[in-house]
Amino acid sequence: MKRTPLYGEHTDRGGKLVPFAGWEMPIQFSGILSEVKIVRHSAGIFDVSHMGRLFISGNDAAKLLDLLTTSHIATMPSGKAKYTLICNENGGIIDDTIIYKHTNNKFLMIPNASNEETIIEWINKYANDLNYDVEINRVTTETVMIALQGPQITQILQPICSIDLLNMKPFSIIEGDILGYNSIIATTGYTGEMGVEIICNIDYGSAIWSELINLGATPCGLGARDILRIEAGLLLHGSDMNDDITPLEAGLERFVAFDKSTFCGKSIMLDQQEVGINKSLIGFKLEDKGIPRHGYKIYQNNDTIGEVTSGSYSPTLDTGIGLGYVPIEFAKEATELQIDIRGRMTKAKVAPLPFYSRKRSK
Amino acid sequence: MNPEDRYYSTEHEWVLANEDKTLYIGITEYAQEELGDLVFVEMPTVGTVVESMGKLGEVESVKSVSDIYCPISGKVIEINQEAVQSPEIINEDPYGKGWLVRLDPSNPEDLNQLMSASEYETFLESLGH
Repeated sequence: MKRTPLYGEHTDRGGKLVPFAGWEMPIQFSGILSEVKIVRHSAGIFDVSHMGRLFISGNDAAKLLDLLTTSHIATMPSGKAKYTLICNENGGIIDDTIIYKHTNNKFLMIPNASNEETIIEWINKYANDLNYDVEINRVTTETVMIALQGPQITQILQPICSIDLLNMKPFSIIEGDILGYNSIIATTGYTGEMGVEIICNIDYGSAIWSELINLGATPCGLGARDILRIEAGLLLHGSDMNDDITPLEAGLERFVAFDKSTFCGKSIMLDQQEVGINKSLIGFKLEDKGIPRHGYKIYQNNDTIGEVTSGSYSPTLDTGIGLGYVPIEFAKEATELQIDIRGRMTKAKVAPLPFYSRKRSK
Repeated sequence: MNPEDRYYSTEHEWVLANEDKTLYIGITEYAQEELGDLVFVEMPTVGTVVESMGKLGEVESVKSVSDIYCPISGKVIEINQEAVQSPEIINEDPYGKGWLVRLDPSNPEDLNQLMSASEYETFLESLGH
């Protein structure tokens, strides 16, 4: 089991550690529900060092990323970030990732922890086949990645950060100093709140982590992170999508740039756009008490029509919420469903995603 | 940490005997800590007869669902509605306000088959805690 460089910080602060994607990660500190509230109302801090960090550079890097993702990467301005999908030739999602553009031939990609090896092989295979000048520099184990999330993060981070955070738009990236240590600062996250993600050398990780906590950020674990992302309608690869599911089926069509001349999986996605899809990801809210969980069956009347892929109790909405796949005819908003919660048929309704979105001040 | 005035089961329930021989039943500090934030509690209706180590009900936390076993056979005579309404009190005060049911035991002497506080602590240590 791998440990992040912040492992000692977590055990010192009473973090409860569990295995996750080959890493020993804190699932909670003070309590999952209180941590969710803290992120929604003040500021939480997460160790996300288990996620992959790949610098992809070379004269053909932009061209290759345009081919392997569903988004316009080459024409993206430097200093910007995009959420995008990496799909196979059948349009199945191999991973979802954020790509940050440093310069015209240097990008940072953040694959999911469990997909990092697959993604490296995938990129290398295409680079070799096409004889492209592309190099991957994996810095996952040389760096720490910290996600600071919540409405009060600017007040906490600004005093120790050389960059004017108020000037940073969401989904941008810049290099700057935090506590005087050179860091990558990105305005991204996985919680539905305002967020900053910090990547720095492992030597400074503990100092920055501890200082952010001293300044008022509360350490939070993967348990809270999972609830926050479900509330925000953000999918988890391996649960809510996999390499048999296309972006259209997963409700991610808005991240597919059909105007791009070519990209991996485009023809299948175009077919689906024309002909339509058979199954679709839905969000649903429970009408009765209960918590839907991964693997529970979705029913309409007496027929099984699908399966829950993610579910939780939502403290923000005070009800059970979940994601799952159903045949397209059942995907319409307000369709009545039942979730089989350990033998008890629990009423649910299809609900629009996201379940929660923050009020934006500007 | 675990009060000495009561009995404990290997499934992490506690039993407290009242003067009138009825029993209060709840879950231990260890159990609430392992379960994490509780969100739902399902208890049987008053009058239900439960066998020793039979299923008494369910507690559901954000992370998982667990069955609660009845450490001793008997008839349920009271449910802690406050715990059903606000399961967080089980996390906050598992040995006090967070009790689950009151039971009229079939064989009060069965209590002797359960563990004392010190035996329970030895048991917890054997689990690696």
